[in-house]
Amino acid sequence: MPSNQLPVAEAPVETRKVHAALTRSSSGKEDLRELEAGLDSLQSDSIRKARIDWSRILLPVAALAVLVILWQLYVSLGFKRRDIVPGPLDVLGQIGTLWGEGKLQEAVWTSLQRGVVGFLISVVIATPVGLLLAQVAPLRRAFGPLISGLQVLPSVAWVPAAILWFGLTDATVYFVVFMGAIPSIINGLISGVDQIPPQYRSVGKVLGASRLQLALQIILPAALPGYLGGLKQGWAFSWRSLMAAEIIAVGGTIGFGLGSMLDQGRVLSDMTIVMSAILLILAVGILIELLVFAPIEKRLLRRRGLLAGSTR
Amino acid sequence: MPVVLENLGKRFGSGAPVLDDVNATIEQGEFVALLGASGCGKSTLLNIMAGLEAPTSGALEVPSDGAAFMFQDSALFPWLTARENIELALKLRGVGKSDRRVRAGELLDLVHLGGAGDKRPHELSGGMRQRVALARSLAQDRQLLLMDEPFAALDAITRDLLHDELERIWKETGRTIVFVTHNVREAVRLGQRVLLLSSRPGRVVQEWHVSEEHRTDAGLAGQLTGEITARLREEIRRHAK
Repeated sequence: MPSNQLPVAEAPVETRKVHAALTRSSSGKEDLRELEAGLDSLQSDSIRKARIDWSRILLPVAALAVLVILWQLYVSLGFKRRDIVPGPLDVLGQIGTLWGEGKLQEAVWTSLQRGVVGFLISVVIATPVGLLLAQVAPLRRAFGPLISGLQVLPSVAWVPAAILWFGLTDATVYFVVFMGAIPSIINGLISGVDQIPPQYRSVGKVLGASRLQLALQIILPAALPGYLGGLKQGWAFSWRSLMAAEIIAVGGTIGFGLGSMLDQGRVLSDMTIVMSAILLILAVGILIELLVFAPIEKRLLRRRGLLAGSTR
Repeated sequence: MPVVLENLGKRFGSGAPVLDDVNATIEQGEFVALLGASGCGKSTLLNIMAGLEAPTSGALEVPSDGAAFMFQDSALFPWLTARENIELALKLRGVGKSDRRVRAGELLDLVHLGGAGDKRPHELSGGMRQRVALARSLAQDRQLLLMDEPFAALDAITRDLLHDELERIWKETGRTIVFVTHNVREAVRLGQRVLLLSSRPGRVVQEWHVSEEHRTDAGLAGQLTGEITARLREEIRRHAK
């Protein structure tokens, strides 16, 4: 009940009938501070300590084991010739041989280096372009459909053109990677910007942000979840485009990558090399996702309180 | 005089006017509650005062440095902590880095959130978020503070407390506050003056002065609330065909 600072002559009984919210409901500054502190602790969740969840590690390993066992089982049944469908042990043996020759390390290193460098350059090009397209309506209307179209166009389609323009050099490989990654990063950033609550812009304007400050300090961080989605897709497109380019463009001054190894397996009709290359390409993709993108994404979403109740 | 509205009108496109011939004068340091039913253009009026929208007719005078604004939902940036949200407001105002830290700490203390500065918005309760938002709008350091139903989404206990809190801060900082609400009790509890806005088109139809006695005497306050509610309902009834 209100404890009045100015005593009033009227009967206090009368006063108590009326809703308390009409008058001051706390007495003095200290009382208010205490009340608020009490309410704050009642309304806040206690922090839960994160523990290592073993099911995160054991479940994927178990799933992998099941798939490998099924594969071995199929091979043991002997429907197909062993040189056409090699078993997991044959492939493992081939991977060991390739490792011993140093070819495996060379191929993984060459491809990974190209993929990462190509992807990073794509990010540097695509980010300002995406931000500009998302913020300037006439540019968006003019180039938006083209960028979406480029994302649908398989970047392998650029390989013949790139070979004619740049010959069998690394420039060909990088060009194809750019054409794969840049449009999807731009699109991811644009859709991230589109999903920003309009109020953030109002807040930015009210706080007196200039156009550049609005873009860099409010729009870009607000769009980060969508942007990260675009980056993930951009990486996937870089990696895929790179493999396609390496399979088609072999020789010249182009170094020996995983795609080249795959093509070499085909030329030699050695299915174990083909399978080894496929598994290595897959493994690199999984490792990049697990070691780079998943931790960043998880941290990003958790900091914004978006992870609760998800199956991640 | 920080705010003068003269024959202010606003329509969107060729539709019916949302605001029509709004006249009001708000004194320096005054706390004015802008009351009206939903859809009466209260928020539009506030947006015009904040410079977020332009009026289609009439004239208005607001402080040249603009106004601070507090939204219904806290509109805090989820990627920043409470302190960083306040610091961003200071940064965009051009306050230097070391000053920002000190000033943000002071503002957090002012809203009794000294210990929660490193929490992110999603870790705070609704009431705490609104207090951070209040601190952020104070960080803008503008004489005029516009508030758009800032406590509408809070539970009753928290809202009562924040009323006390806002009154205290208003007295400590001497701001001019325009507080939009559709809650008559809230308007009477907080405003020195209550302006009633009619609906479609919005226009100031009546105003009441709330004295210091209303703050402490619930009987008097109840009486005034009843009177304003009756007038508000009359205004709403006009729209029943």
